[in-house]
Amino acid sequence: MVTARTSTTEPTGPEEELLRIAGSVPDPELPVLTLSDLGILRGLHIVGPGRVEVELTPTYTGCPAVEAMATDVERALREHGVAEVTVRTVLSPPWTTDAISAEGRRKLAEFGIAPPRTGTAGSGDGGPVAVDLAIRCPHCGSTDTALLSRFSSTACKALRRCASCQEPFDHFKELT
Amino acid sequence: MSVPRTAALALGDDALILSQRLGEWAGHAPVLEEEVALANIALDLLGQARALLSMVGDEDELAYLREEREFTNVQLVERPNGDFAHTIARQLYFSTWQELLYGRLATGEGALAELAAKAVKEVAYHRDHAEQWTLRLGDGTELSHERMRTALAALWRYTGELFQPVEGLEVDWEELREEWTRRITDVVERAGLSLPEGPQGTSWAAGAGRQGIHTEPFGRMLAEMQHLHRSHPGASW
Repeated sequence: MVTARTSTTEPTGPEEELLRIAGSVPDPELPVLTLSDLGILRGLHIVGPGRVEVELTPTYTGCPAVEAMATDVERALREHGVAEVTVRTVLSPPWTTDAISAEGRRKLAEFGIAPPRTGTAGSGDGGPVAVDLAIRCPHCGSTDTALLSRFSSTACKALRRCASCQEPFDHFKELT
Repeated sequence: MSVPRTAALALGDDALILSQRLGEWAGHAPVLEEEVALANIALDLLGQARALLSMVGDEDELAYLREEREFTNVQLVERPNGDFAHTIARQLYFSTWQELLYGRLATGEGALAELAAKAVKEVAYHRDHAEQWTLRLGDGTELSHERMRTALAALWRYTGELFQPVEGLEVDWEELREEWTRRITDVVERAGLSLPEGPQGTSWAAGAGRQGIHTEPFGRMLAEMQHLHRSHPGASW
Protein backbone atom coordinates (compact mmCIF):
# COMPACT_ATOMS: atom_id res chain seq x y z
CA MET A 1 0.00 0.00 0.00
CA VAL A 2 1.41 3.34 -1.00
CA THR A 3 0.03 6.24 0.95
CA ALA A 4 0.66 9.87 1.50
CA ARG A 5 2.81 11.64 3.98
CA THR A 6 4.69 10.34 6.99
CA SER A 7 2.76 11.26 10.10
CA THR A 8 4.63 13.45 12.49
CA THR A 9 3.44 12.66 16.01
CA GLU A 10 6.17 11.99 18.56
CA PRO A 11 6.72 8.31 19.45
CA THR A 12 5.74 7.14 22.92
CA GLY A 13 8.07 5.05 25.13
CA PRO A 14 6.77 1.64 23.99
CA GLU A 15 6.78 2.88 20.39
CA GLU A 16 10.42 3.85 20.70
CA GLU A 17 11.26 0.37 21.95
CA LEU A 18 9.46 -1.25 18.98
CA LEU A 19 11.06 1.26 16.62
CA ARG A 20 14.45 0.15 17.91
CA ILE A 21 13.53 -3.50 17.18
CA ALA A 22 12.24 -2.71 13.70
CA GLY A 23 15.25 -0.48 13.04
CA SER A 24 17.69 -3.26 13.86
CA VAL A 25 16.35 -5.44 11.01
CA PRO A 26 19.12 -5.86 8.38
CA ASP A 27 18.66 -4.65 4.80
CA PRO A 28 18.05 -7.81 2.72
CA GLU A 29 20.42 -6.68 -0.06
CA LEU A 30 23.08 -4.96 2.05
CA PRO A 31 22.93 -6.98 5.26
CA VAL A 32 25.74 -4.98 6.88
CA LEU A 33 23.27 -2.11 7.18
CA THR A 34 20.19 -2.00 9.34
CA LEU A 35 17.01 -0.23 8.28
CA SER A 36 17.84 2.39 10.88
CA ASP A 37 21.36 2.92 9.39
CA LEU A 38 19.73 3.45 5.99
CA GLY A 39 17.23 5.91 7.41
CA ILE A 40 14.24 4.36 5.66
CA LEU A 41 12.09 3.70 8.74
CA ARG A 42 9.79 6.69 8.88
CA GLY A 43 7.59 5.93 11.85
CA LEU A 44 5.90 3.37 14.07
CA HIS A 45 2.56 3.75 15.78
CA ILE A 46 0.74 1.56 18.27
CA VAL A 47 -2.82 1.81 16.95
CA GLY A 48 -4.49 -0.60 19.35
CA PRO A 49 -3.75 -3.48 21.71
CA GLY A 50 -1.19 -5.67 19.92
CA ARG A 51 -1.59 -3.64 16.72
CA VAL A 52 1.23 -1.68 15.19
CA GLU A 53 1.61 0.35 12.01
CA VAL A 54 5.05 0.89 10.51
CA GLU A 55 5.99 3.38 7.80
CA LEU A 56 8.82 2.54 5.40
CA THR A 57 10.12 4.66 2.54
CA PRO A 58 11.88 3.07 -0.45
CA THR A 59 15.36 4.21 -1.50
CA TYR A 60 14.29 3.97 -5.17
CA THR A 61 10.66 3.64 -6.32
CA GLY A 62 11.32 0.25 -7.88
CA CYS A 63 13.51 -1.13 -5.10
CA PRO A 64 12.52 -4.82 -4.93
CA ALA A 65 13.90 -5.11 -1.40
CA VAL A 66 10.97 -3.15 0.06
CA GLU A 67 8.69 -6.18 0.16
CA ALA A 68 11.35 -8.31 1.85
CA MET A 69 11.97 -5.50 4.34
CA ALA A 70 8.29 -5.30 5.18
CA THR A 71 8.15 -9.07 5.79
CA ASP A 72 11.29 -8.94 7.96
CA VAL A 73 9.94 -6.04 10.03
CA GLU A 74 6.66 -7.89 10.54
CA ARG A 75 8.51 -11.00 11.68
CA ALA A 76 10.78 -9.08 14.07
CA LEU A 77 7.85 -7.30 15.71
CA ARG A 78 5.78 -10.50 15.96
CA GLU A 79 8.68 -12.18 17.73
CA HIS A 80 8.42 -9.39 20.27
CA GLY A 81 4.78 -10.05 20.92
CA VAL A 82 3.04 -7.72 18.49
CA ALA A 83 0.07 -9.65 17.13
CA GLU A 84 -0.78 -7.51 14.13
CA VAL A 85 1.70 -5.52 12.06
CA THR A 86 0.79 -3.34 9.07
CA VAL A 87 3.63 -1.94 6.98
CA ARG A 88 2.85 1.09 4.81
CA THR A 89 5.09 2.53 2.12
CA VAL A 90 5.38 6.30 2.15
CA LEU A 91 7.01 8.33 -0.61
CA SER A 92 7.05 11.79 0.85
CA PRO A 93 9.37 13.40 1.66
CA PRO A 94 11.59 11.47 -0.77
CA TRP A 95 14.48 9.54 0.74
CA THR A 96 17.95 10.95 0.14
CA THR A 97 21.36 9.45 0.81
CA ASP A 98 21.84 12.10 3.50
CA ALA A 99 19.45 9.97 5.57
CA ILE A 100 22.16 7.29 5.89
CA SER A 101 23.70 7.54 9.37
CA ALA A 102 27.40 8.11 10.07
CA GLU A 103 27.48 4.56 11.40
CA GLY A 104 25.89 3.34 8.17
CA ARG A 105 28.55 5.09 6.09
CA ARG A 106 31.31 3.54 8.19
CA LYS A 107 29.81 0.06 7.74
CA LEU A 108 29.46 0.54 3.98
CA ALA A 109 33.12 1.48 3.58
CA GLU A 110 34.16 -1.44 5.76
CA PHE A 111 32.06 -3.74 3.56
CA GLY A 112 33.85 -2.50 0.40
CA ILE A 113 31.22 -0.04 -0.83
CA ALA A 114 32.23 3.61 -1.10
CA PRO A 115 29.61 5.55 0.90
CA PRO A 116 27.66 8.41 -0.68
CA ARG A 117 29.15 11.84 -0.19
CA THR A 118 27.20 14.08 2.16
CA GLY A 119 25.97 17.57 1.55
CA THR A 120 26.09 17.12 -2.22
CA ALA A 121 22.69 18.74 -2.61
CA GLY A 122 24.47 21.55 -4.52
CA SER A 123 22.13 21.97 -7.47
CA GLY A 124 19.10 21.55 -5.25
CA ASP A 125 17.04 19.82 -7.93
CA GLY A 126 18.28 16.32 -7.24
CA GLY A 127 19.69 13.83 -9.68
CA PRO A 128 23.23 13.20 -10.80
CA VAL A 129 25.78 15.34 -9.03
CA ALA A 130 29.15 16.42 -10.32
CA VAL A 131 31.74 13.70 -9.84
CA ASP A 132 34.66 16.03 -9.22
CA LEU A 133 34.55 15.55 -5.45
CA ALA A 134 36.88 12.64 -4.76
CA ILE A 135 35.37 9.23 -4.12
CA ARG A 136 37.73 7.12 -2.07
CA CYS A 137 38.51 3.50 -2.96
CA PRO A 138 37.17 1.38 -0.09
CA HIS A 139 40.00 -1.14 -0.59
CA CYS A 140 43.18 0.98 -0.60
CA GLY A 141 41.91 4.45 0.29
CA SER A 142 43.17 6.11 -2.90
CA THR A 143 41.13 9.01 -4.24
CA ASP A 144 42.31 8.25 -7.79
CA THR A 145 39.13 6.47 -8.90
CA ALA A 146 37.05 6.60 -12.06
CA LEU A 147 33.42 5.98 -12.94
CA LEU A 148 32.81 2.82 -14.99
CA SER A 149 29.03 2.91 -15.02
CA ARG A 150 26.35 4.97 -13.36
CA PHE A 151 24.42 1.78 -12.70
CA SER A 152 25.54 -1.29 -10.81
CA SER A 153 24.31 -4.40 -8.98
CA THR A 154 21.41 -2.57 -7.34
CA ALA A 155 19.51 0.61 -8.15
CA CYS A 156 21.32 2.56 -5.44
CA LYS A 157 24.89 1.91 -6.58
CA ALA A 158 27.31 2.98 -9.33
CA LEU A 159 30.34 1.03 -10.50
CA ARG A 160 33.84 2.54 -10.19
CA ARG A 161 37.44 1.42 -10.52
CA CYS A 162 40.46 2.41 -8.49
CA ALA A 163 43.45 3.55 -10.56
CA SER A 164 45.85 2.80 -7.70
CA CYS A 165 44.95 -0.78 -6.75
CA GLN A 166 43.01 -1.53 -10.00
CA GLU A 167 40.10 -3.02 -8.06
CA PRO A 168 36.57 -2.29 -9.20
CA PHE A 169 34.18 -1.27 -6.43
CA ASP A 170 30.59 -0.23 -5.86
CA HIS A 171 29.76 3.33 -4.88
CA PHE A 172 26.50 4.07 -3.11
CA LYS A 173 25.55 6.92 -5.43
CA GLU A 174 24.25 10.20 -4.11
CA LEU A 175 20.54 10.88 -4.23
CA THR A 176 19.84 14.35 -2.98
CA MET B 1 -6.88 15.20 -2.92
CA SER B 2 -7.97 12.52 -5.37
CA VAL B 3 -5.70 11.32 -8.12
CA PRO B 4 -6.77 12.17 -11.69
CA ARG B 5 -7.42 8.75 -13.23
CA THR B 6 -6.63 9.61 -16.84
CA ALA B 7 -3.28 11.11 -15.85
CA ALA B 8 -2.24 8.28 -13.53
CA LEU B 9 -3.04 5.74 -16.24
CA ALA B 10 -1.24 7.70 -18.97
CA LEU B 11 1.94 8.20 -16.96
CA GLY B 12 1.72 4.70 -15.46
CA ASP B 13 1.38 3.16 -18.93
CA ASP B 14 4.33 5.19 -20.25
CA ALA B 15 6.53 3.87 -17.44
CA LEU B 16 5.23 0.29 -17.67
CA ILE B 17 5.64 -0.07 -21.42
CA LEU B 18 9.09 1.51 -21.56
CA SER B 19 10.15 -0.71 -18.67
CA GLN B 20 9.00 -3.79 -20.60
CA ARG B 21 10.85 -2.65 -23.72
CA LEU B 22 14.08 -1.97 -21.82
CA GLY B 23 13.76 -5.35 -20.13
CA GLU B 24 14.03 -6.95 -23.58
CA TRP B 25 17.70 -5.89 -23.61
CA ALA B 26 18.49 -8.38 -20.84
CA GLY B 27 20.97 -10.83 -22.34
CA HIS B 28 21.40 -8.72 -25.50
CA ALA B 29 23.11 -5.48 -24.48
CA PRO B 30 26.42 -4.60 -26.15
CA VAL B 31 28.43 -4.62 -22.92
CA LEU B 32 27.78 -5.89 -19.42
CA GLU B 33 27.63 -2.40 -17.91
CA GLU B 34 24.81 -1.50 -20.31
CA GLU B 35 22.98 -4.71 -19.53
CA VAL B 36 22.97 -3.60 -15.90
CA ALA B 37 22.21 0.05 -16.68
CA LEU B 38 19.19 -0.69 -18.88
CA ALA B 39 17.84 -3.21 -16.38
CA ASN B 40 18.22 -0.65 -13.58
CA ILE B 41 16.38 1.99 -15.57
CA ALA B 42 13.66 -0.54 -16.38
CA LEU B 43 13.35 -1.33 -12.68
CA ASP B 44 12.96 2.33 -11.72
CA LEU B 45 10.27 2.71 -14.37
CA LEU B 46 8.50 -0.43 -13.19
CA GLY B 47 8.45 0.95 -9.65
CA GLN B 48 6.96 4.20 -10.93
CA ALA B 49 4.38 2.27 -12.97
CA ARG B 50 3.35 0.18 -9.98
CA ALA B 51 2.88 3.26 -7.81
CA LEU B 52 0.92 5.12 -10.50
CA LEU B 53 -1.36 2.24 -11.51
CA SER B 54 -2.01 1.33 -7.85
CA MET B 55 -3.37 4.84 -7.30
CA VAL B 56 -6.31 4.11 -9.58
CA GLY B 57 -6.86 0.36 -9.45
CA ASP B 58 -5.33 -3.08 -9.11
CA GLU B 59 -1.87 -2.92 -10.66
CA ASP B 60 -1.92 -6.49 -11.97
CA GLU B 61 -5.36 -6.21 -13.53
CA LEU B 62 -4.38 -2.96 -15.19
CA ALA B 63 -1.07 -4.27 -16.49
CA TYR B 64 -2.08 -7.76 -17.53
CA LEU B 65 -5.77 -7.77 -18.30
CA ARG B 66 -6.38 -4.66 -20.37
CA GLU B 67 -6.58 -4.87 -24.14
CA GLU B 68 -4.35 -2.91 -26.50
CA ARG B 69 -6.89 -0.12 -27.05
CA GLU B 70 -7.16 0.49 -23.31
CA PHE B 71 -3.49 1.44 -22.92
CA THR B 72 -2.85 5.17 -23.07
CA ASN B 73 0.96 5.31 -23.25
CA VAL B 74 2.55 7.53 -25.85
CA GLN B 75 3.59 5.62 -28.96
CA LEU B 76 7.23 6.59 -28.46
CA VAL B 77 7.71 4.16 -25.55
CA GLU B 78 6.23 1.17 -27.39
CA ARG B 79 8.55 1.53 -30.41
CA PRO B 80 10.81 -1.50 -30.74
CA ASN B 81 14.32 -1.30 -29.27
CA GLY B 82 15.97 -1.30 -32.69
CA ASP B 83 19.74 -1.03 -32.50
CA PHE B 84 21.41 0.44 -29.42
CA ALA B 85 21.27 3.95 -30.93
CA HIS B 86 17.48 3.69 -31.33
CA THR B 87 17.13 2.71 -27.69
CA ILE B 88 19.33 5.64 -26.66
CA ALA B 89 17.39 8.08 -28.85
CA ARG B 90 14.13 6.86 -27.33
CA GLN B 91 15.65 7.24 -23.85
CA LEU B 92 16.91 10.73 -24.62
CA TYR B 93 13.56 11.97 -25.92
CA PHE B 94 11.54 10.31 -23.20
CA SER B 95 13.67 10.83 -20.10
CA THR B 96 14.28 14.50 -20.90
CA TRP B 97 10.50 14.96 -21.20
CA GLN B 98 9.78 12.87 -18.09
CA GLU B 99 12.29 14.79 -15.99
CA LEU B 100 10.83 18.15 -17.02
CA LEU B 101 7.23 16.98 -16.55
CA TYR B 102 7.80 15.32 -13.18
CA GLY B 103 9.76 18.34 -11.98
CA ARG B 104 6.68 20.45 -12.70
CA LEU B 105 4.23 17.95 -11.19
CA ALA B 106 6.37 17.65 -8.04
CA THR B 107 5.47 21.19 -7.02
CA GLY B 108 1.79 20.27 -6.74
CA GLU B 109 -0.07 18.38 -4.03
CA GLY B 110 -1.39 14.87 -3.58
CA ALA B 111 -0.16 11.37 -4.32
CA LEU B 112 0.79 12.15 -7.92
CA ALA B 113 2.99 15.06 -6.84
CA GLU B 114 4.67 12.91 -4.18
CA LEU B 115 5.44 10.19 -6.70
CA ALA B 116 6.76 12.78 -9.15
CA ALA B 117 9.02 14.29 -6.47
CA LYS B 118 10.43 10.86 -5.74
CA ALA B 119 10.75 9.69 -9.36
CA VAL B 120 12.29 12.87 -10.77
CA LYS B 121 15.53 12.07 -8.92
CA GLU B 122 15.71 8.65 -10.59
CA VAL B 123 14.78 10.01 -14.00
CA ALA B 124 17.62 12.55 -13.78
CA TYR B 125 20.00 9.57 -13.82
CA HIS B 126 18.19 8.06 -16.82
CA ARG B 127 18.46 11.33 -18.72
CA ASP B 128 22.11 11.67 -17.82
CA HIS B 129 22.75 8.12 -19.08
CA ALA B 130 21.01 8.86 -22.39
CA GLU B 131 22.91 12.14 -22.81
CA GLN B 132 26.30 10.54 -22.20
CA TRP B 133 25.56 7.87 -24.81
CA THR B 134 24.21 10.36 -27.33
CA LEU B 135 27.46 12.33 -27.02
CA ARG B 136 29.57 9.20 -27.24
CA LEU B 137 27.80 7.79 -30.28
CA GLY B 138 27.33 11.09 -32.08
CA ASP B 139 30.91 12.14 -31.49
CA GLY B 140 32.32 8.63 -31.98
CA THR B 141 33.09 6.78 -35.19
CA GLU B 142 31.53 7.46 -38.57
CA LEU B 143 29.34 4.42 -38.09
CA SER B 144 28.16 5.33 -34.57
CA HIS B 145 27.49 8.91 -35.72
CA GLU B 146 25.38 7.68 -38.61
CA ARG B 147 23.48 5.21 -36.44
CA MET B 148 22.71 7.89 -33.85
CA ARG B 149 21.62 10.34 -36.55
CA THR B 150 19.33 7.74 -38.13
CA ALA B 151 17.81 6.80 -34.77
CA LEU B 152 17.09 10.39 -33.73
CA ALA B 153 15.44 11.01 -37.08
CA ALA B 154 13.40 7.79 -37.03
CA LEU B 155 11.84 8.51 -33.65
CA TRP B 156 11.37 12.24 -34.13
CA ARG B 157 7.82 12.03 -35.40
CA TYR B 158 6.75 10.26 -32.19
CA THR B 159 7.88 13.16 -30.01
CA GLY B 160 5.03 15.56 -30.81
CA GLU B 161 2.64 13.43 -28.79
CA LEU B 162 4.62 14.10 -25.61
CA PHE B 163 3.17 17.60 -25.53
CA GLN B 164 -0.45 16.66 -26.02
CA PRO B 165 -2.26 17.88 -22.88
CA VAL B 166 -3.21 15.13 -20.44
CA GLU B 167 -6.50 15.56 -18.60
CA GLY B 168 -5.92 16.25 -14.92
CA LEU B 169 -2.38 17.58 -15.26
CA GLU B 170 -1.96 21.31 -14.78
CA VAL B 171 1.04 21.88 -16.98
CA ASP B 172 1.92 24.57 -19.50
CA TRP B 173 2.52 22.14 -22.36
CA GLU B 174 3.79 24.73 -24.81
CA GLU B 175 6.38 25.93 -22.30
CA LEU B 176 7.31 22.27 -21.66
CA ARG B 177 7.82 21.74 -25.38
CA GLU B 178 10.07 24.78 -25.65
CA GLU B 179 12.23 23.72 -22.71
CA TRP B 180 12.41 20.13 -24.02
CA THR B 181 13.41 21.33 -27.49
CA ARG B 182 16.10 23.57 -25.99
CA ARG B 183 17.57 20.70 -24.01
CA ILE B 184 17.47 18.17 -26.85
CA THR B 185 19.00 20.69 -29.25
CA ASP B 186 21.82 21.35 -26.80
CA VAL B 187 22.65 17.64 -26.42
CA VAL B 188 22.47 16.72 -30.10
CA GLU B 189 24.57 19.73 -31.08
CA ARG B 190 27.22 18.86 -28.52
CA ALA B 191 27.16 15.37 -30.06
CA GLY B 192 27.93 16.86 -33.48
CA LEU B 193 24.40 16.19 -34.71
CA SER B 194 21.45 18.39 -35.42
CA LEU B 195 17.81 18.36 -34.47
CA PRO B 196 15.86 16.17 -36.93
CA GLU B 197 13.57 17.92 -39.35
CA GLY B 198 10.07 16.92 -40.25
CA PRO B 199 6.70 16.86 -38.53
CA GLN B 200 6.57 16.26 -34.83
CA GLY B 201 3.25 14.52 -35.13
CA THR B 202 1.37 17.25 -36.95
CA SER B 203 0.86 16.27 -40.57
CA TRP B 204 1.33 12.52 -40.43
CA ALA B 205 -0.59 11.38 -37.39
CA ALA B 206 2.11 9.59 -35.43
CA GLY B 207 1.02 9.75 -31.86
CA ALA B 208 -2.47 8.82 -30.81
CA GLY B 209 -1.30 6.55 -28.04
CA ARG B 210 -3.09 8.66 -25.45
CA GLN B 211 -6.33 7.85 -27.30
CA GLY B 212 -5.54 4.12 -27.28
CA ILE B 213 -4.30 3.88 -30.85
CA HIS B 214 -1.01 2.04 -31.01
CA THR B 215 1.59 1.04 -33.55
CA GLU B 216 1.73 -2.44 -34.99
CA PRO B 217 4.56 -3.85 -32.80
CA PHE B 218 2.67 -2.97 -29.60
CA GLY B 219 0.23 -5.88 -29.80
CA ARG B 220 3.03 -8.42 -29.98
CA MET B 221 4.80 -6.77 -27.08
CA LEU B 222 1.62 -6.93 -25.00
CA ALA B 223 1.13 -10.60 -25.88
CA GLU B 224 4.55 -11.38 -24.47
CA MET B 225 4.01 -9.21 -21.40
CA GLN B 226 0.56 -10.59 -20.59
CA HIS B 227 0.53 -14.22 -21.64
CA LEU B 228 1.85 -15.72 -18.41
CA HIS B 229 -0.67 -13.91 -16.24
CA ARG B 230 -3.53 -14.71 -18.60
CA SER B 231 -2.57 -18.38 -18.96
CA HIS B 232 -2.16 -18.88 -15.22
CA PRO B 233 -4.55 -16.47 -13.49
CA GLY B 234 -3.57 -15.74 -9.93
CA ALA B 235 -0.21 -17.50 -10.20
CA SER B 236 2.47 -16.24 -7.84
CA TRP B 237 6.13 -16.99 -7.21
